[in-house]
Amino acid sequence: MAQIEVRGLRKSFRAPLRSAGPFGALKDLLHRRTRTVEALKGITFEIDAGQIVGCIGPNGAGKSTAIKIIAGIMNPDGGEATVLGRTPWADRIAHVRHIGVVFGQRTQLWWDLPVIDSFALLREIYDVPRREYEQTLADVVERFKLAEVLDSPVRQLSLGLRMRCDLAAALLHRPSILFLDEPTIGLDAVSKLALREAIRDWSAERGLTVLLTTHDMDDIEDLCRRVLLIADGSLLLDGAIDDLRRMSSARRTLMIDLAAGVANVELEGAELVRREGDRLWLEYDPEQVATHELIARAAAAFPIRDLTVADRPIEEVVAQVYRDAP
Amino acid sequence: MRGVAGMIRSMRRYLRIYGRLAAASVRSQWQYRASFALYSASQLVATLAEFGAIWALYARFGSLPGWRLSEVAVLYGISNVAFALAEAGARGFDVFPGMVRTGDFDRLLLRPLPTAFQLAAHDVQIMRVGRLAQGAAILVWGCMGLGIGWDAARLTLLALCVVGGACIFAALFVLQATLAFWTIESLEVVNIVTYGGNQMAQYPLTIYRPWFRLFFTVAVPLAAINYVPLAALLSRPDLSGLPAPLNWLAPCVGAPFLAACLLIWKLGERHYASTGS
Repeated sequence: MAQIEVRGLRKSFRAPLRSAGPFGALKDLLHRRTRTVEALKGITFEIDAGQIVGCIGPNGAGKSTAIKIIAGIMNPDGGEATVLGRTPWADRIAHVRHIGVVFGQRTQLWWDLPVIDSFALLREIYDVPRREYEQTLADVVERFKLAEVLDSPVRQLSLGLRMRCDLAAALLHRPSILFLDEPTIGLDAVSKLALREAIRDWSAERGLTVLLTTHDMDDIEDLCRRVLLIADGSLLLDGAIDDLRRMSSARRTLMIDLAAGVANVELEGAELVRREGDRLWLEYDPEQVATHELIARAAAAFPIRDLTVADRPIEEVVAQVYRDAP
Repeated sequence: MRGVAGMIRSMRRYLRIYGRLAAASVRSQWQYRASFALYSASQLVATLAEFGAIWALYARFGSLPGWRLSEVAVLYGISNVAFALAEAGARGFDVFPGMVRTGDFDRLLLRPLPTAFQLAAHDVQIMRVGRLAQGAAILVWGCMGLGIGWDAARLTLLALCVVGGACIFAALFVLQATLAFWTIESLEVVNIVTYGGNQMAQYPLTIYRPWFRLFFTVAVPLAAINYVPLAALLSRPDLSGLPAPLNWLAPCVGAPFLAACLLIWKLGERHYASTGS
């Protein structure tokens, strides 16, 4: 049975319109004008236990609104949601007991206290039995390599370490579902890899369901076999990452290193999208021209030192999809 | 019986969590010891200067009509001790509008505890001991100067006044914070009844105009926690003009007033959930 079921979720906001000029604020006070923004126009999906699902979409597309509703901190205007058999906004306190949430942008730890003190406070707040807590604590400390930082105040931790502590904190009460809002934002490459590994392993070992939002396509490629693409309040795609690639044209890139300075780099069937000195990036559609055919043409046309063929970077695919979104 | 046992258990749990969270706040503040010491000292000086002004008034003009300095000291003491207690516990409500603006309030909604409880336990400030210590000192001094017999009933009444007053001031902080659910504009105007209420309650009610007295008796029942019960303490029912039992019971309005404000808080929370801003 699905752990998260969402049917026709709708939400709109009335945003105040602000007048410009020195007396704008005064004018607004006397006469409030608002416009209605439809953040969610009816989205439907289900997530089963143990899945890691990535939620992507342009800023302001509605993905945070969707997460907020499912996490229980906002009511929808219409539609239904059931998480672990409960309606999140109707029964907030019972609901949040069984979920964990990590915001990439802010910590839920106590800034001036040692990490272990924050963990102990969370044990009290979630009413976790001592034995269970100690076992989970030992697990997260080992798994996320936190032994050395437990006694440091949170404010002294690097962002990468702090995120790992935040993730550990969200797991101490053994939630069934974990929500991650841009978990890797601002992290260096090593920290990103460590965090992804932690999430992946924990989910695989314990059947933890994970719903994460991100702008980092590597998060998606590394972690999620399933992607929800929300744009302009609608669910544009619910599928695998390859489905996302197929959504935009299936164009590929041929990168060529030329042997010497060649002025004319026109090639029939391909479009020059970028050039840096002797390096060219050509885009083509494999449906129109076969890859080996194009390489043969290129080899005939200019002196080539090296070449590679690549799928279009997923970032570009996503940017294209966002641009094409209604 | 099960229900009662469950209630006691959850009360104990809440008290334990409150204690832990308060202790965490204090430990956090302890990291900045110099700031802590300076703030406490400056508060003590500031509040001493406040009572100094009342004392100077007496030294210069003899008395407020019909009021001894020790009686005013009792009014002053009750109000300030109550205010300091409320301020220590309601600091979270003070910073709440900022939490709404930055989205930090969402974090409280993600924890399995009522939000009002979490705010009450948020950033509990012992720096405010300055006002508390000074208010308590003046209260004790005033009580000794009243020249009445302090029996158990009177001591209980005095404690009720302080608790009831703390409830009312806390309720006002809650009310002020609740407005932030609807508007993020600055709400300093409410300080008229919080800080202003404390200033008002330091003087005998009779010195004010009738409409002002009515406001602080009925709308914001601060008179009920010091002026009215003072009539009972002094055995002078003429002060309040109320039947004697009412003078004794007056401080009890604090708790329902706080409960009413917490209900309004709930409404605000519901509004927040539907607007998310």
